[in-house]
Amino acid sequence: MDQTVRSATTGIRPATRPLVLLLATFLLAGLCVASLAIGSKTIPFGEVFSVLIDPRGGETEAIVRGLRLPRTLLGLFAGVALGLSGALIQGVTRNPLADPGILGVSAGAGFAVSLAVLAFGLSSFYSYVWFAFAGAAIASVVVYALGGFGRGGATPVKLALAGVAMLALLTSLTSGVLLLDPNALYVYRSWAVGSLTGQDTAIVAQMVPFLLTGTALALSVAPALNSLALGDDVASALGRRIGLIRLGGVVAVTLLAGTVSAVVGPIVFIGLVIPHVARAITGPDYRWILPYTMVLAPCLVLAADILGRVVARPGEIGVGVITAFLGAPFFIALIRRRRLAEL
Amino acid sequence: MRPEIAPTLRAEGLAVSYGDRSIITDLDLVVPPGKISVIVGANASGKSTLLRSLARLLSPAAGQVCLDGESIHAMPTRELARMVGLLPQSPVAPEGMTVIDLVGRGRAPHQSWWRQWSHSDEETVRHALELTSMLDLAERPVDELSGGQRQRAWIAMALAQDTDILLLDEPTTFLDMAHQIEVLDLVMDLNRTRGRTVMMVLHDLNQACRYADHIVAMKSGRIVAQGPPADLLTAELVDEVFDVRCCVVTDPVSGTPLVIPIGRHHEPRNVARHPFPIH
Amino acid sequence: MALLELTRQPGRIAVRLGPTSAVIRPRMLAVCLGLAVASALAFAVELSFGDYPIPLLDVVRALFGVGDRATLFVIEELRLPRALVGLLVGCAFGVSGALFQTLTRNPLASPDMIGLSSGSATAVVAAMVLGFGAGLGTQALGLFGGIATAVLIYGLAWKGGTTGYRIVLVGIGISWMCTSLTSYLLVKADMWEAQQVLRWIIGSLNGADWVHVTPLAWAVLVLGIAVLLLSRWLRLLQLGTDVATALGVPVRFAQPALIVTAAALVSFATAATGPIVFVALTAPQIAQRLTGCAWPPLVASGLTGSFLVLGSDLIAQRVIPGTLLPIGVVTGAFGGLFLLWLLTRANRVGSGG
Repeated sequence: MDQTVRSATTGIRPATRPLVLLLATFLLAGLCVASLAIGSKTIPFGEVFSVLIDPRGGETEAIVRGLRLPRTLLGLFAGVALGLSGALIQGVTRNPLADPGILGVSAGAGFAVSLAVLAFGLSSFYSYVWFAFAGAAIASVVVYALGGFGRGGATPVKLALAGVAMLALLTSLTSGVLLLDPNALYVYRSWAVGSLTGQDTAIVAQMVPFLLTGTALALSVAPALNSLALGDDVASALGRRIGLIRLGGVVAVTLLAGTVSAVVGPIVFIGLVIPHVARAITGPDYRWILPYTMVLAPCLVLAADILGRVVARPGEIGVGVITAFLGAPFFIALIRRRRLAEL
Repeated sequence: MRPEIAPTLRAEGLAVSYGDRSIITDLDLVVPPGKISVIVGANASGKSTLLRSLARLLSPAAGQVCLDGESIHAMPTRELARMVGLLPQSPVAPEGMTVIDLVGRGRAPHQSWWRQWSHSDEETVRHALELTSMLDLAERPVDELSGGQRQRAWIAMALAQDTDILLLDEPTTFLDMAHQIEVLDLVMDLNRTRGRTVMMVLHDLNQACRYADHIVAMKSGRIVAQGPPADLLTAELVDEVFDVRCCVVTDPVSGTPLVIPIGRHHEPRNVARHPFPIH
Repeated sequence: MALLELTRQPGRIAVRLGPTSAVIRPRMLAVCLGLAVASALAFAVELSFGDYPIPLLDVVRALFGVGDRATLFVIEELRLPRALVGLLVGCAFGVSGALFQTLTRNPLASPDMIGLSSGSATAVVAAMVLGFGAGLGTQALGLFGGIATAVLIYGLAWKGGTTGYRIVLVGIGISWMCTSLTSYLLVKADMWEAQQVLRWIIGSLNGADWVHVTPLAWAVLVLGIAVLLLSRWLRLLQLGTDVATALGVPVRFAQPALIVTAAALVSFATAATGPIVFVALTAPQIAQRLTGCAWPPLVASGLTGSFLVLGSDLIAQRVIPGTLLPIGVVTGAFGGLFLLWLLTRANRVGSGG
C-alpha cells in the first residue's frame, strides 16, 4: 500500500532523469578534455584541440595523441564496460554484492595470463592479452554452465555461488602458479595493478568491436531485467524467457568485463558500486540504471585518473586508490540518504 | 486458561513519521477487546503504519501504545510477543525452509533453552496447521508453494504464536476468492470460538463490512470515523475516505452494508440521485 | 507417562524429559559428527606429518604426555600450536561467515566480502608499514581493526533502524576503502616490508605459535558461547526483522550483538593468521548443503571451517615438497572445488541452491 510513496522517494523525480543524465554526460565530456590536457605537463585546451584535429608533429602531439589519448579512451571504455557489466550482473543474479568479478571473469583472465607465462614463456602484452580474454570467456561459460545445473536452471543464488566458488578456485590456482614461477609473478604484477597507462591506440582500437557488441547486448536486455527484478515467476508471467535473458546478460558481461580486464587488469569496485549509485539516483528502472552507469562509471575513472596525476606531481597515484577515496564516502553518503530500492 | 477479560491495546496521542515525513499525527484508538476490527482507507493513508505501530515495529515520534495501561515499548519484547502477534505484509521465508519449520518458529516466545519443543508446542502447531488446512503440505518448502498456500503457512505461524491479540496486515493479498473467504472465516472462528481480539488491514471494503465488528476509516494519517459497519458506512463516508462515488446497499447474504462503486461509465439506474436507503 | 519420551517427525526427533524438551535433527547430528571426525583426523595427520614423521599412535600418546623427548618436543612445541591455530581459526571463520550470511540473508555476505577482513588487514598493514603500535602486536591490531570496522559499518548503516541490505552496501564501501588503503600502503612500503605484508595478507599458519593459541582459544570459547546464546534470536531473524520483532526478539539489541560477536570472531582469527581467503564464504555454504538445511547451520559451519583449514594446510605442506605454500593459496581451491561439486549435484528439493 505504500508503493506510491516508495517510488516517489527512491531516486530523483522521473521528469528530471533525462536532464541529470545530460548534465552527467557534459561532465564526462569535460573530464575527457581535462584528461587530455592535464598531467605532468599541462597543455592549454586550445592546443589540445588543434593537435587532435590537425596532427603536425612535435612534443605536444606526442604527449596528447601518443600518451593521453589512449589513456583517456581506455579510461572511458573501462568505465563504461565495468559499470554496465556490474549493473547487468547485479540484475541477473539479483544480488547487491555481485560484480563482474563474481562470474570469475577477471580471475579467469588472471589465471590465463599466469598460465600463459608459465607454459609458453610469453611476456609481450600482445601475446597474452588474447589469453586473458579467452580465460575470461571460459571462466564465465563454466560458471554459467555450473550455475545452470539441476533444478530450476540458472537461479540467481546458484549463479552467484558457482561464480564465487570459481573465483576462489581460480584465485588460488593463480597464486599457486605465481609462487612457482617468479617470471610469471613479474608479468602478472604488471597486468594486475589495474593501470590505464602504457597502452597504445592500436590496442584500444582492438577493444572497440567487443565493447560495442557487449554494450548493444546489454542495452537490449535492460527492459527484461526490470521484469526479472520482480522475481522469476512474475517475469515469466510477463512473457520473458528467463534463461535467454540470463544468458544474454552473462554473454554481455563476458564481452565487456572480459575485454577490459584483459587489457587493464582487474579494476574492482567500479562495477560493484556505480550501479548502486545509479540505482540510488534513478530508482529501480534498468532502462535508466544502465545509461546512468555508462556515464557515471567513466566519470569516476577519469576523475580519479586525473586527480592521481595532479596530487602527487611529478609522480602518480594509482587509479584504484583514488577511486576508492573519491567514490566510497560519496557512495556511503548516498546509501544513507536515500531510501533504497532493493534489487 | 485465558483470562475472562481480554487485554486491551490502546494508542494515545500517537504520532509516527518516516524520517521527517509525518505519516500519523495525534491519533487515539482503542482496539475493542474480543472483537474483530478492520482498518480501511485509501493507499498511503497510514493503515499499515498504524498497525505496525500497534505491534511496536515502529517507534512513535510522540504519544504511546499501551497494553492494559502499560507502554508496549517498556515491556519485555518476549512477554509482549506472548500477548500480541503480528503478520506483516508479504513476509519472506528463507529459501528451502519447510512449512512445519516456519510454523514451529511461531512458538519461539513460549520456548526456552530447556523447553525447546513441549507437548503444547506440538499441539498448537498441529492445530494451527489444521485450521489453515496446511497439514498435508507441512513438509514442503515454503518457497515452492502457491501464493495462497504460502500466505496460509504464514497465518499458521501467527496462529501458532497463540496470542490474545492478533494483528494482520492485509492477510488476503495474493489469495484467490475461495482462499480469501477461507482466511477471513478462519479469523472469525478464532474470534468467535476462542475470543481472540483481531485487528487487520483489509483492502476490500465489502469484506471489511462483512467480517468486522468495528471499522476504523483512515485518511491522511487520521481516523475519519469508526464504529460498527452498519452505523458507519454511508456513501458520503466512502466518498470522503476513498474519493469514490458509490451506492451502499444491504448485502443480501450477510445483511451488512455492501458498497457498490459507480465510476465514470455507469450511472445507477432508478436511483439516479439517491443512494439506496440504508437499512 | 514415560519419564523420557521421544517423538519422531520427518527430519527430527523431539526429546522430552519431565518439563524439559529438546529437538534433535538426525541428519544434522550425523553431519556434525562426521565433520568432527574428519577434522580430528586431519588434526592428527597434521601432527604426524612433517620432516620428522611420527606414527599416528605415537602422536596420540604424545598428546597425553607419553613418549620420548624428541617426539614430545616436535609435537608440543612445533606442530600442536600450528594445528590448534588451524582448528580454531577455521571454526571462527566458519561460524562468523554463517552469522553474516544469515543476518543479511545473502549467501555472498561473508566477512571477506563486506570489509571486516580488509579492515583487520589494513590496521595490521598500516602498523607494519608506518611502524606504529609495534608494542601492541598483530593480534591486538587485527582485532582492533576488525571490530572498529564492524562498528563503523553498523553505525553508518544505522538510520533509525537498519536492514541486512544496507549493512551489505555500506560494507562494500568500507571494504573498498580498506582494500585501496592497503594497496597504497603496499606501494609505499619497501620491498622487504611488502613481502612480509603480502605473506600475511594471503594468510598463513607458518608462524603459528603458542602465543597465538591462548588468546584465540579463549576468544573462540567465549564468543562461541555467546553465539550459542544468541542463536535462538538468529533463528527468528531469518524470517525478517518484522516477524522477528513480532515473535519477541529485541531486534535493536540482537542485531548489533550478533554482528559484534561475528566481527570479533573473524578479527581474532584474522589477527592470528591473516585473512585466510574464502573459508568464511564457502564453509557455511558447504555445511548448509551437507546438512540439507535452509540456512547455514552454525555448529556445522564451524566444523566445516576447521576441516577446510586443516585439510588445506595438509595439502599446502605436501603439494610442493620443500616449500611451505601459504595455506590461503589452497583454501580457495579446496573450498571452491568442494562447493562446485556440491552445487552440481544439488537438485535436491530444499537444498537452496
